[in-house]
Amino acid sequence: MSVPSPASDVARDEAPRRQTSRDTPRGSPAARAWADWKETQRLWRLGVRLGWLDIRLRYRGSALGPFWLTITSALMVASMGVLYSRLFHMQLATYLPFLSLSLTLWAAGLSSLIQESCTCFLDAEDMVRSVQLPLLLYAVRVVVRNAIVFAHNIVVPLGVFVIYHLWPGVNALLAIPALLLWALDGLAACMLFGSLCARFRDISPIIGALLQIVFYVTPIIWMPQQLGAKASLLLYNPFYPLLEIVREPLLGHLPALELWGIALATSAIFWVVAIRSFIRTRARLVFWI
Amino acid sequence: MAHIRLEDISLSFPVLHGSSRSLKKTLLARAKSTVTAKTGAVGGRMRVSGNSSDVVEVQALSNVSFSISEGERVGLVGHNGAGKSTLLRVLAGIYETGEGTLDIEGDTHALIDPNAGMNGELTGRENIQLFACRMGMTKAATQELEKDVETFSDLGAFFDLPVRLYSSGMSVRLGFALATVPRPRILLMDEWFMAGDQKFQDKAKARLEGMVDAAEILIVTSHALSILREWCTRIIWMESGEVRMDGPTDEVLDAYEAAVAVIPA
Repeated sequence: MSVPSPASDVARDEAPRRQTSRDTPRGSPAARAWADWKETQRLWRLGVRLGWLDIRLRYRGSALGPFWLTITSALMVASMGVLYSRLFHMQLATYLPFLSLSLTLWAAGLSSLIQESCTCFLDAEDMVRSVQLPLLLYAVRVVVRNAIVFAHNIVVPLGVFVIYHLWPGVNALLAIPALLLWALDGLAACMLFGSLCARFRDISPIIGALLQIVFYVTPIIWMPQQLGAKASLLLYNPFYPLLEIVREPLLGHLPALELWGIALATSAIFWVVAIRSFIRTRARLVFWI
Repeated sequence: MAHIRLEDISLSFPVLHGSSRSLKKTLLARAKSTVTAKTGAVGGRMRVSGNSSDVVEVQALSNVSFSISEGERVGLVGHNGAGKSTLLRVLAGIYETGEGTLDIEGDTHALIDPNAGMNGELTGRENIQLFACRMGMTKAATQELEKDVETFSDLGAFFDLPVRLYSSGMSVRLGFALATVPRPRILLMDEWFMAGDQKFQDKAKARLEGMVDAAEILIVTSHALSILREWCTRIIWMESGEVRMDGPTDEVLDAYEAAVAVIPA
């Protein structure tokens, strides 16, 4: 029998030998889910790369690439801004910066993260079935992909801010921890909705429809102040604090501590539900997709 | 010392189709709970689970036990759906079982699907980079790998075109070149690696043999009995998810051939 070629010998030395003794059936589902997460952390580069590739592929062959997103959201903001400022009897100069930011945060942020988390594992079907990789890697991929799209879209509100000479100041930095919270919620959404949607294919359109409703009942195109005395009711909408902790700092305000409290509490509950469901479904997922 | 030990490994999985995919219909069906039993002629045993009329559970493996120690070259035989590929996937860690004990010492690498983990929209070169990233290779090693695979797969200009444009033979070449890079202690192979034209097969054989030689344990499934006779020291004959026979190559293969001859496929 022949010897391996020299080139592959190089690769051989570089390829890490995973000296692991796998005792899969013995570990509890929770322990295995934890191992999945550890392995995901080790492979985070691959997760980031997969996310980037998704974007590159989506816009391959178009000269503008992901900036198509920027253009569409700019058009959306411009047309809705003119229309709704008239409907709401508001100054374009106060309404447009608010609307551009809100729409971007919703459409390129929360909404797209949740909607894409539904197909998190379904999209990776081939890989899940043929390569042994941790499942949470695909969750990282979805979050990275959304972060990239978000970065392209945030240009639109920034442009509007420049036009109206607005500057949020140092308060804007407070949006960073809030965006990190979104990323963690995104991972949780992948764990929960990703596995649920793999099992039941009609959940994804249901979530899409619910998001549409949330869009109207959350102050995205309208301002919370417009509710007047009833504004406190908004605290029962979990999306409101989540949106506000990012939007307020970017508009130059300090978000109320109460909003952060609610956002953290709802996220914590969501994580617990998501992690529990992921632990339960993880081993079966490969058979569902 | 690489070794594999399986004790009472069973695996059943749901085959979801039709209305079992729908949450609404599943909830409705649960309320009605009508049960009809079916059995399949090919493949693992099926049972229709009680709570939803469309969820079919396939018993792909039942009470599989064996242990393989270092140096063994094991072939898996059995008709389509006997559980060979499922067993490979369990050993590779893709399928997890809840029942039984699975004890694997040593890293595994599975050649299950030539296009495993490949993205059809990416070019051959980009797929290699992705593969290198998966293996955690350094930049220098990635370039080395790229060159190696490019020469070996001999795809010419196609190397920089999206993989989905490849003919099936071409994608097998690329997949083969990539899949044969790692040098695992435990190598799991499905039979696809026999594909490709004659010229490629000769080249492939040399490369594969290098990989097989380096592995401490080889497990291969194939319908090509001559290859199994040549390569294997031991054969496990699977039937309906169970081990029907396990022993030295010639002994098992003779029995298998006799059985196949009696019952025409």
